[in-house]
Amino acid sequence: MDFSQFLALHEEISLVAALVLLLVYDLFAPEKGRRHIPLVACLLLLAHTVFCACDFAASTGCPAAAGSRTAFAGMYDASQAALLFKNILNIGVLLVCLQACPFLRREDNGIKAGEFYFLLFSTLLGMYLMLSAGHFLLFFIGMETASIPMASLVAFDKHKTQSAEAGAKFILSSAFASGLSFFGLSLIYGGTGSLYFADIQSGLTATPLLLGGMVLLCSGLFFKISLVPYHLWAADVYEGAPTPVTTYLSVISKGAGVFALCLILTRAFPLFIEAWQTALYVLILLSITVGNLFALRQKNMKRFLAFSSISQAGYIVLGVFAASPAGLTALMYYIFVYILSNVAAFGVVQLVEQHAGRTDMAAYNGLYKTNPKLSVILMFALFSLAGIPPFAGFFSKFFIFAATAESGAYVLLLIALLNTVISLYYYLLVVKAMFILPPAEPADVPAFKSEAAPKFVLVVCTAGILLAGLVSCLYALIDRTVLLG
Amino acid sequence: MFNSCYTALVPLLPLFSFILLIAFGLRLPGKWAGYIGSVLTGIAAVAAYYTAWTYFSLPLDADGTRPAVEILSWEWLRFTPLLAIRLGIYVDALSAMMWVVITTVSLMVHIYSLGYMAGEKGFARYFAFLGLFSFSMLGLVVAPNIFQTYIFWELVGVSSYLLIGFYYTKPEAVSASKKAFIVTRFADLGFLIGILILSYFTGTFDFQTICGSAQDAAGVGGALFAPALQASFLGLSALSWAMLLIFMGCAGKSALFPLHIWLPDAMEGPTPVSALIHAATMVVAGVFLVARLFPVYALMTPGVLEVIAYVAAFTSLYAAVVACVQTDIKRVLAFSTISQIGFMMVALGVSGYGGHAGEGYTASLFHLFTHAFFKALLFLCAGAIIHTVHSNEMKAMGGLRRYMPVTHLCFLVGCLAIAGIPPFSGFFSKDGILAASFAFHPCMGILMTAIAGLTAFYMFRLYCRIFHGPYSGDTAAAQAEHAEAGHHTPHEAPAVMTAPLVFLAVLSLLTGFIPFGDFLSSDGLPHAFPLQTAVAVCSVLTALVGIGIALYAYGRGPRPAFQRMADQPNAFLRAAKNRFYIDRFYLFITHRIIFQGISTALAWFDRHVIDGVVFGSGKLTEKIARKIRIIQSGQLQTYALILLLGVLCLIGLVLYL
Repeated sequence: MDFSQFLALHEEISLVAALVLLLVYDLFAPEKGRRHIPLVACLLLLAHTVFCACDFAASTGCPAAAGSRTAFAGMYDASQAALLFKNILNIGVLLVCLQACPFLRREDNGIKAGEFYFLLFSTLLGMYLMLSAGHFLLFFIGMETASIPMASLVAFDKHKTQSAEAGAKFILSSAFASGLSFFGLSLIYGGTGSLYFADIQSGLTATPLLLGGMVLLCSGLFFKISLVPYHLWAADVYEGAPTPVTTYLSVISKGAGVFALCLILTRAFPLFIEAWQTALYVLILLSITVGNLFALRQKNMKRFLAFSSISQAGYIVLGVFAASPAGLTALMYYIFVYILSNVAAFGVVQLVEQHAGRTDMAAYNGLYKTNPKLSVILMFALFSLAGIPPFAGFFSKFFIFAATAESGAYVLLLIALLNTVISLYYYLLVVKAMFILPPAEPADVPAFKSEAAPKFVLVVCTAGILLAGLVSCLYALIDRTVLLG
Repeated sequence: MFNSCYTALVPLLPLFSFILLIAFGLRLPGKWAGYIGSVLTGIAAVAAYYTAWTYFSLPLDADGTRPAVEILSWEWLRFTPLLAIRLGIYVDALSAMMWVVITTVSLMVHIYSLGYMAGEKGFARYFAFLGLFSFSMLGLVVAPNIFQTYIFWELVGVSSYLLIGFYYTKPEAVSASKKAFIVTRFADLGFLIGILILSYFTGTFDFQTICGSAQDAAGVGGALFAPALQASFLGLSALSWAMLLIFMGCAGKSALFPLHIWLPDAMEGPTPVSALIHAATMVVAGVFLVARLFPVYALMTPGVLEVIAYVAAFTSLYAAVVACVQTDIKRVLAFSTISQIGFMMVALGVSGYGGHAGEGYTASLFHLFTHAFFKALLFLCAGAIIHTVHSNEMKAMGGLRRYMPVTHLCFLVGCLAIAGIPPFSGFFSKDGILAASFAFHPCMGILMTAIAGLTAFYMFRLYCRIFHGPYSGDTAAAQAEHAEAGHHTPHEAPAVMTAPLVFLAVLSLLTGFIPFGDFLSSDGLPHAFPLQTAVAVCSVLTALVGIGIALYAYGRGPRPAFQRMADQPNAFLRAAKNRFYIDRFYLFITHRIIFQGISTALAWFDRHVIDGVVFGSGKLTEKIARKIRIIQSGQLQTYALILLLGVLCLIGLVLYL
């Protein structure tokens, strides 16, 4: 075997290297040095991020290297867009890692900090494999690598019943969804005789067996993206999991899932476009509407954001539905903006939880009086999620809607737009609680100063929310890359 | 020649004022925040006048039209070779006129607020928001493409939300600002879809391209609109849908029936804000946008334009009737604004394109121009009155002319202008509108003349109730109450507040004499519209009758006969007082049906289906189950079941659809 093929896997190798270095440091560092594990992990990830960015810049710079990168007889097949998307994920993960620092400095977590980052990086590795697969075997290995460590992360606060319960729920429902996917895959294999995306595409015939197989296969991803009716785990797990893990689940895991969905549908099943558009139509409709309606009546911030993220997932999948380069561009841009907005929102939730021990919405009454800066940041994040200009969220929604309009689904577009009004209502509820309702006496959340790392994350996210829409080079970059293929 | 430096200053100075005051406002001593805001707005106003002056003195093109000038065009995003989003400043007759209106009223409101808001908590914040609002409004009217219009349109919405909710400790103010925001957002949905459809079919966002092609429908322009005209949906062409949906956005901002419900409530904001936003600038944004896209409306989709005329005429009538029975002086002014915007929209709706047929277009914008000044004047006067009486209710007033002579005179000028009495400005612009309505259909003309009569009646009812009759504070009981509350006898407002009043009163007297047709007409060619004597005589007589009835009924305090009539259990009067129950209807829809209905259904679903499936046999099992299981794995099985059912449904859907 020609081992030099491995060299095509730049990002994966770099990430594995970071992983191994972290593991080694965790094992051999002296007691004093162990305190710095979060810092070391973030630095390693930063190095990895920079490396990936340089790699991406180099490959776009030279036209010969651009386009797909393949290895192992096409099992690994990373497009330029996937490469860019990995960079977007890197940035997101870096933000989440920084945000997790105070959580890991907590007394009882100190000893586990290394594990936390190790597991986090492993899931990222799984997502990489998912995004650059050209064969369903690799795709599945990636998906499972992304899921199983995730479950242990969800159960990270293992002494808390809620966290342990959430972990169990996650792993069981995830296993169930994977089972469905495997079943679907076996049907596809039976029908076409291959697991290569390219072979499947040429061997497809519109038989019920293959159509059913496709739906089952996609179920695993629908589960990851938490589209309705695959969403039931989301609220419980989001609520039970430690907040940094919830953040990770809601942005990175979801984003990678949508991109992977887009990848397999366009690469392996382009012939079934009508079938999967019908399926997505219904799922989007349900997710946006049900997510919104349930978000209206939540009393807990984390559950509230869980339902809000279910409806956001519906909007993101609109980009897959559009099935065009414009749709893919809009989708990647949307995910980037969504990462910034949601990390900012969860960042504030995490800080409030850390300093006041509360995640219920009543704790946010009058937050402006005690912590004005945090309230303003949360307001920006929610406005961005609601899609109000000039925040970045408006532009991402606009591009997604423009792509949908191009595909001609006007009724779906209208319903999606109507839902933005409903969502505006509940996002405003939180804003109202923070700015208008009087705080309890004494205030539930005392005025506090946050640590440097989460503060930095919040500043970066806020700047991103304010600027990502107005600075057009980002969208232009994604657009160029998508057109390259 | 055209100097783009000054022009760019116009929107940027208010933005600078906003940033400055947000950043340092709290640290500024005394009224410095107000002074800074006013001076920056003043400079912006001068720059806007200069821009308008240089623009209107540009040489005419060979075909007699005035060329539009586009300065500062920055390509922001390119979708396709044709479809690009640009940000820029587009100066033509319409936007130059709007700039003059906006900066003038904004400056007056700034100066007036120095007195009105003195000592209020959040003085600096207030001026910062005024700056933000002025910036968004100025950016909106100079947008070279519909996308920029949309962005600024929403920004205007956000900043007006902040301003209406300025007294955020008052629950009414908060709910009013929320209502305004959500109602207009709902309308903006239609606007956004309209933009998407229009740009999808025509491949451009540019006003110049869109309007130019509409004017040139036989040639190249026909090709631009052909796909949009051919595609049809529910019996209307895609272009008609797009234009209707864009009009929906306009109706939301301009408070046309049935989207008008937010405007009366928005009166909870500070009164100078009402003068700026709800009289002169934001609410006419809808009129502005229809005027901006007028060639498309008039030449490509005349049917839609007719719909606009009917909606607007009904709005105008409805609001005028409601205004007659309101007792809160700001609400009267709010409904009168709705009615007057109806006039402007009617004029656009009945107008044709070019030459004499285009008179309605010119009259509409002329009315926009004059109305901005006299309505701002009326609102600012109302502010001065409320400031001294500490109430919005008519019954707390009466006989104030002795205490506030300057305000009294200014208010009278405003009333005469809005009633359409020569030589005040409203007479000239309203005459144009009525003439155009008569030219459209005599019935429309008669209806609008009657509404003009109603306008004269309710405005003079308001005037008499405030300034004539006995002063309610003269009774001993009222005096004791006043003394208790620390109030004083009414007095004239300070000079910083009366000076803007006098200035606006002078404008209300003079602006009518501007030969407006020379500057603005539907096809860009200067066109003089002579006064229509017959129409003018009719309308003045009707207005005088309205004024006469008002003076007779309320001149020396409300006459008992009228009072009895008003107190009678008359279904129509009661309905009018309740604004014909439109608000109740919305409340019913939103609260009863949407919130209660759906959320009850959801709660039921949550409890009975999701939980119920788990603990199917009732509460007892639930309790036992909780005790036995640390992890509620039962719920998990349900999740899996629902997931599986979902998959099966989806497969069925994919196979059989």
